[in-house]
Amino acid sequence: MVFCLFLAARAFCDDRKSGYDFMGPQTRQMQDDDSANPAMFWVLDGEALWQKGCAQCHTKGMKGVAARYPALYKGKLVNLEQRINACRVEQQKAAPFPYESRELLALSSYIGQQSRGMPITISVSPITKPYLDAGRALFQRPQGQLNLSCSQCHDDNAGRHLAGAVIPQAHPTGYPIYRLEWQNVGSLQRRLRNCMMGMRAEPYEFGAPELVNLEFFLKWRARGMKMETPAVRP
Amino acid sequence: MARAIVKAPSQAKKGEIIEIRTLASHSMETGYRHSDTGKPIPRDIITRFVCTYNGVEVFSADLYPAIAANPYLAFSTVATESGKLEFKWTGDNDFSVTESASIAVL
Repeated sequence: MVFCLFLAARAFCDDRKSGYDFMGPQTRQMQDDDSANPAMFWVLDGEALWQKGCAQCHTKGMKGVAARYPALYKGKLVNLEQRINACRVEQQKAAPFPYESRELLALSSYIGQQSRGMPITISVSPITKPYLDAGRALFQRPQGQLNLSCSQCHDDNAGRHLAGAVIPQAHPTGYPIYRLEWQNVGSLQRRLRNCMMGMRAEPYEFGAPELVNLEFFLKWRARGMKMETPAVRP
Repeated sequence: MARAIVKAPSQAKKGEIIEIRTLASHSMETGYRHSDTGKPIPRDIITRFVCTYNGVEVFSADLYPAIAANPYLAFSTVATESGKLEFKWTGDNDFSVTESASIAVL
């Protein structure tokens, strides 16, 4: 009984909001209409790459896969980009794509788009619990010259303004995103590094385990929310 | 590489006003920026867009450096006869992309 009440309360009291809910109507319109969303160029490029190299093995497509990453692979927590590159190196015997390259973003956009509308499903096991805890610790730890933690903005002050921009709740629902400020598509790690530079901390390198842990924690924090890939953000 | 996305109705009634939306993949480098080493980055933009409907120009636009990357252009025309809509983007460094869509007017 108490458990049911708890579940019901959680369903009704969910005040988590995607970055989409903080955007203006014009930006929402860009995301809603595939013929206005520039990220579709990456999705189309990704589809072409997929047909060339991946479709022979992965005949059933990748529906729902992006919604459950980062995940364990060979005893290590990896994000979607790292998993794509692992397949490239091990199965295709090819060189990995560099982080933030057009090819890697195209593939992760194409794979991510197949999970659009599906809930984020991150499950935590005793094996992955330490990664989650490490990610949470990084999220809550003050860092950089401004001595800010992620949580101070995105938990305590979400919905308020940082200069002209609304502070969202930091739910990674739509990555890779087309960010208007970048005029380009970028990964979640690019966004995380951006935030770290903003608080004047030294950002971790692309692919660093710390960033993957943080990605894992954020996806877990957004579990149940709907995937929007490829999203548009200001 | 996908270079342009066009959305136009595949059929319409005669005399109906139809909306056409286009998106072109282009970095629209303004020419006003400098690289990390201080060298100016040369201008590279789309300068002109033309849409023809069975060979007749129905919409055109000149584009300038202040326009964002991946320019989105939406416009409307009147469905007069069945045929072909052709779209052409041209710009710096011999940039040229064409796309087409067919429309059936009932």
